[in-house]
Amino acid sequence: MVNLSFKIGNLNFKNPVITASGTCGYGIELEDFISLEKLGGIIVKGMTLKPREGNPYPRMVETPSGMLNSVGLQNPGIDYFEKNIYPKLSGLDTNIMINVNGSTIDEYVELAQRINNLKKIPAIELNISCPNVKMGGMAFGTNPVSAREVIKSVRNVYSGILIVKLSPNVTSIEEFARIAEEEGADAVSLVNTLLGMAIDVKKMKPSLSTVTGGLSGPAIKPVALRMVWQAAKAVNIPVIGIGGIMNSNDALEFIMAGATAIQVGTALFIDPLTPYKIISGIEQFLEEKGFTDYSILIGCINKNF
Amino acid sequence: MAKLIRDFKVLSNNRISQDYFILELMSPDPLLKIMPGQFIQVRIDGSRETFLRRPFSVHDADYERNIIKILVQIAGKGTETMSKLIPGELLNIIYPLGKPFSEPDSGEKILLAGGGSGIAPLLFLAKHLSQQKINPDILLGFKNKDKIIENEEFANYGRVYVTTEDGSLGIKGMVTQHPVLLEGKYDRIYCCGPEAMMKEVTSLAKSRNIFCEVSLENLMACGIGICLCCIVKTTRGNICTCTEGPVLNANELIW
Repeated sequence: MVNLSFKIGNLNFKNPVITASGTCGYGIELEDFISLEKLGGIIVKGMTLKPREGNPYPRMVETPSGMLNSVGLQNPGIDYFEKNIYPKLSGLDTNIMINVNGSTIDEYVELAQRINNLKKIPAIELNISCPNVKMGGMAFGTNPVSAREVIKSVRNVYSGILIVKLSPNVTSIEEFARIAEEEGADAVSLVNTLLGMAIDVKKMKPSLSTVTGGLSGPAIKPVALRMVWQAAKAVNIPVIGIGGIMNSNDALEFIMAGATAIQVGTALFIDPLTPYKIISGIEQFLEEKGFTDYSILIGCINKNF
Repeated sequence: MAKLIRDFKVLSNNRISQDYFILELMSPDPLLKIMPGQFIQVRIDGSRETFLRRPFSVHDADYERNIIKILVQIAGKGTETMSKLIPGELLNIIYPLGKPFSEPDSGEKILLAGGGSGIAPLLFLAKHLSQQKINPDILLGFKNKDKIIENEEFANYGRVYVTTEDGSLGIKGMVTQHPVLLEGKYDRIYCCGPEAMMKEVTSLAKSRNIFCEVSLENLMACGIGICLCCIVKTTRGNICTCTEGPVLNANELIW
């Protein structure tokens, strides 16, 4: 047996495989295929205080080795979640986390306060990196001053584990990772999607109703991996790696680059069993190498062995 | 309803026209019940261009042989690759997905209206209805007589009417110009085809006060309700075509 468990702050995770926000619904949708309790955790769909309809169709286009989306944080709002979805999740023996969004700092703060009262939600992922909303989102996460302000404000009111989800659409990822650490975040997760676009040549129109969208999938993996490596060297809090992870080999790359945990996102659309395959692939790798704990691999490329 | 991920074996790949082929796919275990209008998500390996799964309506299901048939139109890289599948190859499939066509009341008069690859779920529906002793009228639209597919198969289950754009067979014009749709007395219309056709059929049905369901072909990523990409605007707000559809009541669509 090998150990895959780890901690962020005082919060224990069974293993370093988490499903990414916006790619696993509320988890319930995946129960036909996998047992959520076998995962390190799930981060449910990006939430806002009030319901959001999201962007108009078409909001997705396939691209080479990836896809662009401009869903735009469609969600039924915290009231609906608390009443109708939370009761279904609160009995699960895994970490249920909420991706928190707002158009203003006040909205982020109010939502974080509401979630603070939900006893079975031990952590939030503060999304300052959504590229698909006009107000808030990436606008916060690409400006050091506003990023600091929103993280500080949420930290003041939120006593659970605070993960800050960073945007890759910045010049220096280290700068934003450090700001998160300085303002009391317990971890950073990265990367959110890369801003991109596609054009339907036959129709002579943009492929997405919003023109631009967020690129995900294996196409972004090398970029994400580089940023995780940079961020992990810049801060002492855990880094959660995200970006085009399709299998255990990809996951191990992120861990070796310095990630304490990883999130599976777009891969779930293609194979909902991916988290299982990654967990068993990591276990197998450790056994083959004769290691008993995966933590020896975290950032190992920076050590001499 | 339970959903499975399985490797289906290609039993046959039959090119029925220049643009269409039918795949017979065998499940490794007893086939789950599939209703007309439901779909499967097919994984196409081997190319960076075919990253996501592709959704296909079920064209027929045979529970004795554990076989699903799909009718595929060659429309891009994914379907091009699938057209070259040979018997014995495996295809990874998630099924059954989505909500089916509703069941008619006994004695109702039914019209099926289809065009292009939209006829795929309608043949399965026609067969299902005929098993309940309901023989629908079937209206199919094609570009010209050389593009006509499957009309003989439909004829096993009901009376078939055809339109062709050039008038080379049946009534000249579009499905939406055919007298059965304009004047026929029906209690229910089930429709699947190009979006422009479905829009027109639904507005005709609305104006004639006929219950109408359409099967949408929105672009999908996941097919299981986790990505929220395939949404359609309805009186209930934006809903996922993959889980709340693909079959939807025409009255709730905001087109």
